[in-house]
Parts: sequence; structure tokens; C-alpha cells
Amino acid sequence: MQSGSRLSARLERRLPQLVVSPLFAVSLFFVYGFILWTAYISFTKSGVMPNYTFDGLAQYQRLWNTPRWYVAIRNLFVFTALFISISLAIGILLAVLLDQRVRIEGVIRTIYLYPMALSFIVTGTVWKWILNPGLGIERLVRQAGFENFTFDWLVNPDYAIYTVVMAAVWQSSGYAMALFLAGLRSVDDEVLKAAAIDGAGPWRTYTGIVLPMLRPVFLSTVIILAHLAIKSFDLVIALTGGGPGYATDMPATFMYAFAFQRSELGVAAASATMMLMTVVAIIVPYLYSELRKTAG
Amino acid sequence: MKERRISGIVQRRGPRHVLMRGLLFAILLLFCAYYLVPLVVMISTSLKSLAEIREGSLLSLPQTLDFSAWTKAWSAACVGVRCDGLAPYVWNSVLMTVPAVAISTFLGALNGYALTKWRFPGADWIFALVLFGAFIPFQVVLLPMARTLGFLGLAGTVPGLILVHSVYGLAFTTLFFRNFFIGVSNGIVQAAMVDGAGFFGIFFRVVLPMSIPAIVVTVIWQFTQIWNDFLFGVAFTIGDSNPVTVALNNVVNTSTGVKQYNVDMAAAIIAGLPTLAVYVIAGAYFVRGLSAGAIKG
Amino acid sequence: MVSGIKLENVHKSFGGNEVIKGIDLEIEPGEFVVLVGPSGCGKSTLLNMIAGLETLGSGHIHIGGNIVDDIPPRDRDIAMVFQSYALYPTKTVRENITFGMQTRRIPKDLQKSAVEEFSTLLQIHAYLDRKPGQLSGGQRQRVAMGRALVRKPEVFLFDEPLSNLDAKLRIEMRTEIKKLHQRLGKTIVYVTHDQIEAMTLASRIAVMDNGHVRQFADPTTIYEHPVDLFVAGFMGSPPMNMLPGCLRRPDGRPVVEAPAGGGADALHFPLPDRLAARLDQPDGHQVVLGLRPETIFRAGSELPGEDRFTLNRPVSVVEPTGPDTMIVFEIGETELIARVRPEDAAEPGTPFEFEVDMAKAKLFDAKTGLHL
Repeated sequence: MQSGSRLSARLERRLPQLVVSPLFAVSLFFVYGFILWTAYISFTKSGVMPNYTFDGLAQYQRLWNTPRWYVAIRNLFVFTALFISISLAIGILLAVLLDQRVRIEGVIRTIYLYPMALSFIVTGTVWKWILNPGLGIERLVRQAGFENFTFDWLVNPDYAIYTVVMAAVWQSSGYAMALFLAGLRSVDDEVLKAAAIDGAGPWRTYTGIVLPMLRPVFLSTVIILAHLAIKSFDLVIALTGGGPGYATDMPATFMYAFAFQRSELGVAAASATMMLMTVVAIIVPYLYSELRKTAG
Repeated sequence: MKERRISGIVQRRGPRHVLMRGLLFAILLLFCAYYLVPLVVMISTSLKSLAEIREGSLLSLPQTLDFSAWTKAWSAACVGVRCDGLAPYVWNSVLMTVPAVAISTFLGALNGYALTKWRFPGADWIFALVLFGAFIPFQVVLLPMARTLGFLGLAGTVPGLILVHSVYGLAFTTLFFRNFFIGVSNGIVQAAMVDGAGFFGIFFRVVLPMSIPAIVVTVIWQFTQIWNDFLFGVAFTIGDSNPVTVALNNVVNTSTGVKQYNVDMAAAIIAGLPTLAVYVIAGAYFVRGLSAGAIKG
Repeated sequence: MVSGIKLENVHKSFGGNEVIKGIDLEIEPGEFVVLVGPSGCGKSTLLNMIAGLETLGSGHIHIGGNIVDDIPPRDRDIAMVFQSYALYPTKTVRENITFGMQTRRIPKDLQKSAVEEFSTLLQIHAYLDRKPGQLSGGQRQRVAMGRALVRKPEVFLFDEPLSNLDAKLRIEMRTEIKKLHQRLGKTIVYVTHDQIEAMTLASRIAVMDNGHVRQFADPTTIYEHPVDLFVAGFMGSPPMNMLPGCLRRPDGRPVVEAPAGGGADALHFPLPDRLAARLDQPDGHQVVLGLRPETIFRAGSELPGEDRFTLNRPVSVVEPTGPDTMIVFEIGETELIARVRPEDAAEPGTPFEFEVDMAKAKLFDAKTGLHL
């Protein structure tokens, strides 16, 4: 009797740990276990089927000897740089403009942000139609009188990656706007009043005082957008299917193609590991500083 | 989102001021058009006949409202070899999303509560470990997950997708609830403990009822994420068990027959409507999810 | 040439909610005026309108003889110190102080000498190159003052500048602000909810309540001759005792009759001649007798004087404060506080002989609240 109640009291004390332990186990198995498995496969002879024979860096050599991988890496850089800088520019511009006591701010904000609620597949489908060389923008401009206008970026291997940027910016720049607007609203009103008394006009108030105060927002927005860029898969598939050819391949689509279409598990695992390393290099320092800030 | 409290600093009135205000609104409205035009094009194209699409212009509105593309997208469009429209795949998405949202939200709340209100040694470490899972590129788990689903007999099934989304949603939901509970006073939990309530008693009777806003934000966020998912859907399901995003992509990228742009657009609207509706109805909570999840992607 | 400020019938509403309900105020050049009142009375809104940080609903504001209704803050020749200090967190202390001069394109060497002058005056030269985040509350307060002073404007506006400081620092800075005013001789408008700050700093106090200025006068007048129950109750700590009663003239001379409670006979407070002569209200008129705590003391502890009234009540609570001791007692339903010397205190529950200096008593109409 007594030992029974002592047992239940001890159980009660351990309950929080007990409740959390499945989460811990799931995380260990499905995240860390899987990462280790993938990383291990990338060092083996695996082809169509997993083969657990250790093979050193052979898969990585094959990966870095694949021209398609270079296309994917180059696209990732081009896409990420353009996507982040254009989204940031639009986001900051719109946030600052919306901060000027605009009466219908709520409506405008809703409009700017709704693409964020859509699936990238939907976005890709729409933009594929709008950018369609036969019936889309090209014909619209030709109908307006510019008979020789051509806009075939969607099917032009040299420019197709920029159409991915266009659609991605359309979908995510509202998100950057929302993050910056929230940042602007967290600036103390009295600082803006002080700037007005000090004689600063709107330009000087924002460039000299408010935007420098938003450095942390700037940083987290860049990280979030970079993270979106590295993971971008759906949009490429829906918009260009990675093509023409593999002109718009990204690491995410590359990995998928090698894993599920070409069944080269070793190379796929190596490319996934490369992606993970990139994300870790960006995210871990950021998470570390964020967690230190909110720990409490 | 918070509004500014100050009603306005005195400014010099005059032509310059009027011009600047005009410019401000011109830019704001221009961007409204930028974000809205694709939606308008999508809707108007879905209501045109194929002939009208070929002859008319991208931006022209349909001359007669033709809903046949919608019926076709819903019940007759070809997804692969099957030609009975998106309807069964919408149903797949519902079957997948509802349980996955419920499971990941509930477990996220329970874990967030245990990690913040019952701080035990190592709680922060466990959280950091779990949190990392929210940021990994999922490509790194695709191969082992496919094998695990096969091992469990869940490969290519909707329950398999429920498992995948619950597992990888858990890191997000735990993060959301942890951030919410950190702002809740420990005094409330301590008071309930003094009143004799235990771990689960406090959770169900004290903590959950006061977390309604966090639950709403999390449910909306998870719903949007899981409904819109493509990667897991395309990697782990085949044919009949595809979620609607995969089916939409198959409809659009089918290489057989004449391109039916109106059906493609109607299908895209059908696939996007549930999340769009949630956004319009509960936009404030959606935005809160976006900025509360600023520490995430 | 020091500027005065004149407010003419100033109104302001926020979304149909009127917060300033027609204020007229004339502030002389070089005056130190304190706007005081409970939170929500409109004092900060009024200050923001003087600064141009809030648009005017209706009426006019003059600074230095010019109407400034549509003049932006930068051209009003004012400076302001904020409650949160509102320092620019990404700029150094020096850049904070010179920012206002930079926007006005004042030559660098003039900026430099101005910084020199005021950083010495305010003792902030040691941390001119630090960021505000590295400073203590008191140091930030000094930087905020420096930013306001350095441009040498004609009018200084202070919005509860001391309320984020601890008690000791607050008193120190209070003295410092007063010294600065004496030294510079500029016009100051200062908002606070702390009536002690108002009393110690102001040359004149405007007591505000619910969008109106109830009384605008020098501190002594506000304290000694409050125009109504609100001003009387707001100024002074502990607050004035308010004893409801009615007017009687038992033998031709007016007295205030207050029920003593507990079956005892009603108390009759005789009114001094100066007050009695003014009264034309009929017998039975409902009044409130205002007695400051320091006008109630232990019988015989002060030199005898005219118009004294003694009463015997049991002590309910004793609250020593150091220099004085507060004795709480009851008349009827009303709790009163007497301020006695520490050696005159008594045990709770024991009877106590109180003496009231009726010459300093105030009488208010119970219905209108106005001074009689």
C-alpha cells in the first residue's frame, strides 16, 4: 500500500520527463537517426539499392563530377541572391510606406500577404500560365502593338531561372513586408517623436534611426528567406519541372531526381548531405543566438 | 498586427505634401495590382472557354461565364491515367491533413507545456535538439523515411503521410507552444499545484483553456503547411493516394492531349481554396503565426 | 527674447472620444509651468500638441507670439525630454546629442563646442562615445536632457521625465532640473502625475482632470486655496480629509454639523469669521469640510490660537513616517488622518484628544464640489 503510493508519487515526479521522452525518441530516430543513415549511405557503394559497403568519398567525387550538380549549385546561388535581395527591397519599401498612417492598411496588408497562404504548386501553375510564351505576357504585349516583343524566359535555358525568382518573389515578398512592419511597429513611438523634434524628415528618420534599429529583423528575415531558398523544390517542379533540360535544377530537385527517378542513392545521399551542411552553417549560429535571447 | 498609436505629427500642408501622399498611394496600389493580378488571371481564365483563351488576351475578362472547366477539374480531369478529376485527391488531402494537424498540435502543446512549466534538468537541451528538426532540409530524411514506411507497410498510403507530417510537424508545434508558454506566468501553474492538481490536471483544466489563441495559430499554421506540402506527397505516395498538390501538378504537367488552361486554372483554385479561405477568415492569426515563427522557416 | 505660450480654446478628440475639452492657458516667458493630473486627464496629449507631435483638433496655439497650429515640430523652436528618454539606440551619446544640429546643418565646430558645453554641465563627457544601451537609467536621463538643451531652444517640454528613475535619483534630478531652469531662464512646460514634483518645481501649476484645466495658479495658492474638491483632493500627501456634513446656525454663527457615529452626539465644527461672513447658504445645506492632515494635531501640542476646535476620538491606526506620525481615526463613516509629532502618538484603540485649526479649514459645496 505504502510502497504503491510511493511509487505513484515517484512516477508523478518523473511525469514531465516521461511525457517528453517520446518526443525525444521521435526526434532521435526520425531526425538524427535518419541524418546519420543518409550520411552513411553517402559514404557507401549504394546505387539502386542501399549497399552498406564503405566506399569513402567516391559518391562525393561522382557528385562533384556531375555537370548537372554544378548547374544546381549555380542556380541556387543566383536564385538565393536575387530572391533575398528583391524580397528584402520590396518588403522594406512596402513596410515603410504602410507605416505612414494609411487608413486602409489592413486591407492592403491582407492583399500583400495572401500569396503566402498558397501552395508553391498553385503559384507555379499560375505563373507558368502567365509566363507562357504563346498566350501569356508575350502575347499581351504583342497585342498592345509591339509585334516583335518576345518573352520566352520560361523556355529559355539561360533565363528560365529568373522566372523562378519572379514567382518566388511574388509569393514571399509579402512575408518580408510583414516581418519588417512588425519590426517597425515595435519601435517606441517616443523615438519617432524625438526624431521629429530633432528636425528629421521621413527619409532621415527611417534611414538614420529606424532602419538601423531593425538590424535583428533584417538578419532574421535574411535567414528565413535563405532557408526558404535552399529548400525550394515545389516551385521549380511546378513552374519549370527543372527544365528546359535541367537548366533550372536546384539541389533539392537534383536530390529528388537522383533518389527517385535515376535511383542513384549514393549520389542522392551525398547531395542531401551537402544541403544539410549548408543549412547547418546558416541556421545553427542563428538558432544559438536566438535561443540565448529567449531562454528564460 | 499592432497599429501606431500616435495620430499624427504636424506637417507642413502644401503641394509637396499632397504630391508625396499621392505617390505613396500610387506605389501601394501598384503593388496591390502586382499581388492581385495573378489571382484575377487565374479566376478569369478558369471561367473562359478554350476558344476564348486562344483568341482573347491574358487580362481580358470572360465574355460569358463558363463553369465547365470547374466541373471538369473537379470530376473529369485526367490525373495520370485516371480521369475522374481532383475530387478524390482533395479527399486524400483532407484525410491526411486533419489527423496530422490534430496530432502534431496536441503533442506540441503537451511537450511545450512539459518543457517550460516543469523545467527538469536537460529540458533546454532536449528542446534545442528537437528544434533543429524544424530546419533540416527534408531531402536528408527522404531516403530513410521511404524505407521506414515500407518496413511499416505504410508506403504509398495516406496513413503513411499522416505519420510523416505528424513527426516533422512536431518540432514546429513544440516551438510555437514553448514560445507561448514562456510568456505564461509560472504562478498560475504553482497555484494549481497548491490546489492539488497534478501534471495532467493542470494541463487539461488550466493550461489548455488559456492557450486557445496559441492553439488557433498553430492549427492554422500546420493546416497551411500540411495542405500545401508537395515534397512528402510526391515522394511517398503513388497514384490513388496522392494529395491534391501532387494531383494538381500531374494535371498541369500531363503531356497527353490538348493543353486545357482553363481546367488547369480551375484545378489550381480548387487546390488553393482551403488555405486561402483560412487566410481570409483568420488572417490575423495567420500573420501571428508568420511572425511568431520568425525563428523558423 | 524668451517665448511665452498661449493656448486658445484647444480641443482634441481621438475617434469620437474627446480628450481635451476646450483649454485656455497663458504661459509667461520664462515660466516653469507644470501640468499635473491623474492618468488619462489629457496632460500628455496637451503637451504633444504644444510640441506639434499631435495635430490640433480645434483652437489655436501661440509660441513666442506666433500661431504655430500648422508649423511642424522642427520649426517651433522647442526641445523635449520623454518619459522613456527615447534615445536613438544605434547612435552614440555624442551622435544622439548632435543629431538635431546635424539635421539643421549647423557647422561641425559649433556642434562640437555645444557638446563640450553641455556634456560638462550635465557630467556626461565620460561616456560620450558609448551607446545608450550601455548606460544606467540616470545616465540616459542626463543624455536626454543634453539632447534637449544643446540646441538652446526657447521652450523646453518635459513629459514625465523622472518617472522611470528610482526614488533617490528622482529627487536628485528634480533639483537639477530646477537649477537648470534658474540658470537658463527659458520657458518650461512639464507634465507629471506626481503632485510633489509639481509643487517643488513649478512657478505655476495647471491641475488637469478629464480634459479640463481645473485650476491654474502658483503652488501656494493651489495648496492653500483649491477651487474645488478635485484640486483639494489631488494636491497634498496624505490627501486632504473630506468630511461630509451640513450647515447649521444654532446660535446665529454657522457651524458644520457632522454625525459622529456610534450613537454619540453630532460634532459641530465652528467656522472662522472670514469664512462665516461669505456664507449665504441656508441651514441644512450639504457641504464638505476639508481639513489638511497637518491642521489636526494633539490638543495642546501647538501654541494656542483662534478658531481651534477639539474633539475626542479613539485612534484606529498609527503610521509612523519618521519626521511625523499619521494617526487614522473616524468621524461617522469617514476616515480622517491627523499628522502629529512622533512623541504625541498613542496606541490604537485608546482615546485621543485632537485639536483642529479651523482657521485653515476649507468648505466645499457637496453637490457642485466648488469652494465656498
